[in-house]
Amino acid sequence: MRIVFEKRQSVSRQAILLVPVLSFLVSLVLGAILLLMSGVNPLAAYAAMARGTFGSVYSLSETLVKAIPLMLTGLGVSIAFRMQFWNIGAEGQLVLGAVAAAWAALFLHGVIPDALLLPVAILAGMLAGACWAGVPAGLKAYLGVDETLTSLMLNYVAILLASHLYYGPWRDPQGYGFPGTAQFPAAAWLPRLWGRAHWGVAFAVIAAALLWFILNRTRWGFELKIIGENKTAAHYLGINIARNVLLALLLSGALSGLAGACEVTGISRRLQQGLSVGYGYTAIIVAWMAQLNPVAVLFVAVLMGALLVGGDQVQMMMGLPASMGLVLQGMILFPMLAGSLFTEYRLRLIRREPVAKTPTATPVPTSEVQS
Amino acid sequence: MKRYIWMTVSLVLIAAMLLSGCGKKATTGGTAEDPYKVAFIYIGPPGDLGWTYEHDRGRKALETEYGDRIETKYIENVPEGPDAARVIRDFAQQGYDMIFATSFGYMDPMVEVAQEFPNVKFEHCSGYKTADNLSTYFGRMYQARFLSGVVAGRMTKNNTIGYVAAFAIPEVVRGLNAFTLGVRSVNPEAKVYVVWTNTWFDPVIEREAAVALLDQGADIIAQHQDTTEPQKAAQERGMLSIGYDSDMRTFVGDTVLTSPMWNWGPYYVETVGAAMDGTWATHQYWGPMKDGVTGLAEYSPKVPQDVRDEVEAARQKIYAGQDVFCGPIKDQNGQERVAAGQCMTDAEMLSFDWLVEGVVGTISE
Repeated sequence: MRIVFEKRQSVSRQAILLVPVLSFLVSLVLGAILLLMSGVNPLAAYAAMARGTFGSVYSLSETLVKAIPLMLTGLGVSIAFRMQFWNIGAEGQLVLGAVAAAWAALFLHGVIPDALLLPVAILAGMLAGACWAGVPAGLKAYLGVDETLTSLMLNYVAILLASHLYYGPWRDPQGYGFPGTAQFPAAAWLPRLWGRAHWGVAFAVIAAALLWFILNRTRWGFELKIIGENKTAAHYLGINIARNVLLALLLSGALSGLAGACEVTGISRRLQQGLSVGYGYTAIIVAWMAQLNPVAVLFVAVLMGALLVGGDQVQMMMGLPASMGLVLQGMILFPMLAGSLFTEYRLRLIRREPVAKTPTATPVPTSEVQS
Repeated sequence: MKRYIWMTVSLVLIAAMLLSGCGKKATTGGTAEDPYKVAFIYIGPPGDLGWTYEHDRGRKALETEYGDRIETKYIENVPEGPDAARVIRDFAQQGYDMIFATSFGYMDPMVEVAQEFPNVKFEHCSGYKTADNLSTYFGRMYQARFLSGVVAGRMTKNNTIGYVAAFAIPEVVRGLNAFTLGVRSVNPEAKVYVVWTNTWFDPVIEREAAVALLDQGADIIAQHQDTTEPQKAAQERGMLSIGYDSDMRTFVGDTVLTSPMWNWGPYYVETVGAAMDGTWATHQYWGPMKDGVTGLAEYSPKVPQDVRDEVEAARQKIYAGQDVFCGPIKDQNGQERVAAGQCMTDAEMLSFDWLVEGVVGTISE
């Protein structure tokens, strides 16, 4: 007898429903074992996580605060990944977007009318993010330079540039020499909906809808899909690959830049340390969990936001160390990522005896679902 | 399409609703029997054996002092920035009476949350913004730093001392300058080489910085970080060091000559006591070494008696009111910045942005 791991011929409806449910249960059980080992009632810990993330209007707003940058960067990353362009640079694009928005908020105040300040700051952020993504995109499209390294390296450039600015020329003169710019004028504050949840959520929803429309209903989206799936075919169809890669990446960078602009104008209202806590990297997980589907990105981002906030809750309510929150996050994510494998593959037990008849081509599914 | 994601999300939402339904409502206000609830926000873990360790020792002193009358809780590894506001607000919402935040970067979040919860008392360590329900507290660590500089100035053999510094902010610059003045008060030939790490708590980077300084020939490593890594790096090379925050000699060994250290217990006991009695009022406390909030840890046996005597003499001078930053003091370019007979004001010390003569390095990120 042996066990084989084979691709499902088509994805069954049962698998689509059962796998995530089971993965989630496995996640909870694994987490519970861990919590029991540290002497904590798992039910109480999960209750604390749930209360702290979705339990009240306020906690929901804090989950959204985390989710908004993840939504926008997640969307940005997923459009790049669809083209098989490995943009690891969302973090840098976010930071540079924040820098550009901060520049507009601080230095255009009084130069342009107040009513324009916020829109200009946000557009500046998007433009900066787009340019930052445009560098690796251009290098890849026209010179064939590997984008993984260039986009990653540019993250450090952006982060160091930001810290140079708030330590140096942009440092708040009234700040007792502490790093950080002055607070933005109120005209450059992105309005908040409730709690700290801000209008960035609307931008994310609009962006997701637009992306969905572009990908599914426009000629350009169709071209992007073909490039992502088969470059050779795209080439023979006469699609301009370089131009499309560049355009898609400008869009990807603009979304990450928008995330950064929202973060500085909506949350911190100044450029300072701790601007991004790795949103651009977490975005990669978000994009993959959402299978690069723009609408799914929104929901996965909320889930990730909840996990990030919930980790702190476990610490606060249960008195567990901070690392426990991180381990728990990993424990919950891992089976869910691994589980998605089982919607496309399955394990089969194969008996040795009937060698003659190969058991490979037995279609399992009862009904077919398009993926 | 990818229905399983929707499934999962709705499952999480359902679970969240069910669980939050069974949860107890957070108690608001409180009766006389309720313990006084105090929360602490930490930048690192208490296990850093340095900065956070000392604050946590202060928290434990509170529990020892007030027993059942008090309930304390802490949250560790809270990043400075937007996350901090959430954590602080969470504590305030859960009915905590008093919240201590123990890192500079929590300043704006503290101001923000203090406005929303006028009945909660907030105490912020090392900042400068106050409100009716928000106080600041800190200690004049630079005085103890000066004393530790005297030890280092006497004990260095090649007049090369390394200093692993966190951020180029006034607090760190002030400590580095005070240390250097201490060194050169007994050994004008010695130089202090500084490396900035741009982190409070990153054991790996702190160690690397110390190693770089040792490679440059430093035979004593001093530091302004939250962990003991620079001390360990020096010990592995057979070199001496000056600790910081806590009595690092007890964790690393006798190569740590002494440590300028914090002692928060007395302040925490006093201010929480005042809050419980209803006599608490907003304040800006910058405690001198005389109050015991800062001081030198016990010496390593490697420090000879004559050096100890010399430090003691310097200590008595400071106790008598002769502060560290009194002229003549020159900057790195040899230009006199504080004239003889003059002393820097608190405001000047709180916005220190230049380095004294004898420091090798620049203020930069």
